[in-house]
Amino acid sequence: MARVIQRLKSWEGMLLILLIGVIAFNAWQSPVYLSAQNFVNLFQLSIEKIIVALVMTFVIINGEIDLSVASMMGLAACMLAFLYKAGQPMVLAIVVALFIGLIGGAFNGFWVARAGLPSLAVTLATLIMFRGLARVLLEDRSIGDFPQWFDDLGQQTVIGPFTLSFLIFAVGLVVAIVVLHYTGFGRYVRVIGNSKDVARYSGVQVPRVKMILYSASGLVAALGGVLLAARLGAVRGSTAEGFELDIITIVLLGGVSIFGGTGSMFGVLLSILLILNLRNGMGLLNISGNAQTGVIGALLILSVLVPNIASRLRQSFRTRQAAQAPPPPAVGKAVSAE
Amino acid sequence: MGQTLRRHFRPEQIRELSLVFLILGVLVFFSTQIPNYLSPRFFNRIASDVAIIAVVAIGQTLVILTRNVDLSVGSIVGVTAYVVGTFLTGNHELHPVLAVAMAIAIGAVLGTINGVLIAYGRVPAIITTLGTLAIYRAALVELSGAKTVVIDAMPRWLQELPGVTLASFAGLDVRLLVLIALAAVIIFQLVLSFTNLGRRLYAVGSNPDGARFAGLPSEQVVFIAFVLCGALSGLAGFMFLARFGNITVVAAQGMELQVIAAVVVGGVAIFGGQGTIIGALLGALLINILQQSLIRWISISAFWIDALLGALILAAVAADALILGRLRNLWARSEVQMTEADEKRVVGADVPK
Repeated sequence: MARVIQRLKSWEGMLLILLIGVIAFNAWQSPVYLSAQNFVNLFQLSIEKIIVALVMTFVIINGEIDLSVASMMGLAACMLAFLYKAGQPMVLAIVVALFIGLIGGAFNGFWVARAGLPSLAVTLATLIMFRGLARVLLEDRSIGDFPQWFDDLGQQTVIGPFTLSFLIFAVGLVVAIVVLHYTGFGRYVRVIGNSKDVARYSGVQVPRVKMILYSASGLVAALGGVLLAARLGAVRGSTAEGFELDIITIVLLGGVSIFGGTGSMFGVLLSILLILNLRNGMGLLNISGNAQTGVIGALLILSVLVPNIASRLRQSFRTRQAAQAPPPPAVGKAVSAE
Repeated sequence: MGQTLRRHFRPEQIRELSLVFLILGVLVFFSTQIPNYLSPRFFNRIASDVAIIAVVAIGQTLVILTRNVDLSVGSIVGVTAYVVGTFLTGNHELHPVLAVAMAIAIGAVLGTINGVLIAYGRVPAIITTLGTLAIYRAALVELSGAKTVVIDAMPRWLQELPGVTLASFAGLDVRLLVLIALAAVIIFQLVLSFTNLGRRLYAVGSNPDGARFAGLPSEQVVFIAFVLCGALSGLAGFMFLARFGNITVVAAQGMELQVIAAVVVGGVAIFGGQGTIIGALLGALLINILQQSLIRWISISAFWIDALLGALILAAVAADALILGRLRNLWARSEVQMTEADEKRVVGADVPK
C-alpha cells in the first residue's frame, strides 16, 4: 500500500514539475500570461471537454470506457437547436437535450452493465449512432441565432471573471473529488475497477454502479453539449466531433489506469492544467493546433512509457541486489490506497 | 442429424453463414425498393470500396485477435497515400512494384513504432495508438505544408490502375485492386488457420497469461501483429491513392472507426481470441452494401446511415454475446458426447466374439 501511495505521489509529482516548467516558460514568453483574465481564457477554450473529463475519470477508474461522449455532446446540441428552430421555448429545449443525454447514457449502461457487453464495442457503436442521430436532426444545416440570454450563458461572466461554464466545472470538480475519494460510492467504483469478481462476491451491486456511471456520463456530456452550443452560438451536425480523444487523453495523462482501479481526481486536475497551459504555450510559439495535438499524443505515450521503463530498471536493479525478493509487480492492479 | 451438422460446422462458420444470408437478404430487400438496383456498376463500386477497407480490416483483425486494438490505421493509410503520392508526382519512372513496396514499407515502419511501444514498452495498445493516431496525422499536416496530391500529376499507370480489369462477366468487372485485396484476405486466412503464427495469435488473445506460461513469445507475437497491421494499412494506403488520386492531408481520417466496425460486425471478439478474416471481410461487405443502398433509397434520408450503422454494430455484438455463447456451449457438450460415443464404439469393436 505504501508503494502505491509512493507511485501516485511520484506520478502527480511528475505532472506538477512539468506544469510548473510550462507555466514558467509561458510567463517568460508573455508578460500578460499570469493575469487572472488569461487564466480564465485558458479554461474557456476547452471548458466543455474538461467538464466531461471529470465523469470520464470515474468511468475509466471503473474499468470501462465511454467513447460516445463527444457524439452525445453533438446530439444534445443538435437536439437543442432542432427544438429551438421548431419553435419550442429555449428552456424546454435545454431540458429535453439534457434528458436525451440521460437516456443515451442509460442506453450505454444497459448494454454494458446488464447485458455484459464490452464497453469498447458498445460505446463505439453508440459513438456512430448518436452522431448519426445528430445528423438526422440537423442534416447539413447550421443553426444559430439563439436568444441573447442563451448566448450570454456561454460567454458572459457571472461572478468576477468567471463564466457559468467555469463555475459548473469548479463545482463539478469539488463534487467529483468528494464522491471519488470520500464516499462509499467512490470506493465501489474503484473496487469494481480493480476486480469485478471480487466486488461482486463482496456484495457490491456492480451493474447498478455501472448504470449510474454511464447515465451520469451521458447527462454530463449533454450538459457539455448545451454549454458548447451557448459558447459557439451555432450548432451543426459535426459539433464536438473527435472530442472523445482529447477527453480520454486528459484522464489517462492524469495517471488513471486504462485497466481501471487506480487514479485520483488530483492527478486529473493537474493533467487538465498541464494540457491547457501546454496548448496555450505552444500557441504563443505559433505552433499550429494540429501539431499541438501531436505533441499531446506523444506526451500521452511518454507518460506511460517512462514510468514503465523506470520501474523495469528499478526491478532489474533490485533482482541483481537479490537482498529481498520483491513482491509480484502490481502494475495497474494494486488495491486502492484509501 | 443434429450431430452430423455439428460435426461439419463450427459456431464461427454458422455465424459467417448467417452474415452471408444477411447480405443476401439486404440485397433482395433493396432490389424490391430501388429500381435498377442490382446493376453491375453498383457491385463494381462496392467491390472497389470494400477492397480498401478489407485490407485494413485484415490487419486490424490480427491485432484484435491478440486482445489489442490499433486506432492509428486511418492515419497510417493517410500518411502512406500522401507520401507515396508526393513521391510519384516527382518520380514518374518509378516501377509500380517498387511504389507498392514503398507503401508497404512506410506502413510497416509506422506499425513497428506501435509494436515496439506496445509489446516491449508495455504501453497499453489503446493509449499508444490513440497517441500515434494524433502524432502520425500531425506529422503529415506539418510536413506537407497542407499541399494536395493531385491525380493529374500522377504517372499514367497509376491513373489507369483503378480501371484495370482482368476479366468481365456481364458488366461485372474483376478489377486488379479487388483481386489484390481478395488475395490478401485468402493468404492471411490461411496463415491464421494453418500456421504456427496463426495459432499463436489466437492463443495470446484468448488467454495472455496462459500463453506466457505455455512458453509462447507473447511480446513477439503482439509485435508481429502490429507490424503486419501497419504494412497492410500501407498497402491500403497505396490502393487509396490509386482509387481516389486526389489526396489531402485529412485523407482516410476516421477510417479506424469504419474498420473496427467492420471487424466487430464480422464476429471478431473485441477481447481477442475469436474471429476470422473471412468474417471481417463479410462485415465490411455488409456495412458497405448497407451504406451504398441507403444513399439510393428514397424512402429514408441519407442522413440515417450512421444511426443505422451504429445500431447494426450494437446488434452484432449483442447477438454474438447472447446467441454465439449458447451455440458454443451446445457444441462443446455434444463434442463430449460424441467422443464418448466414439470411444464406446471403438471399445465395442475390439471385444472378441
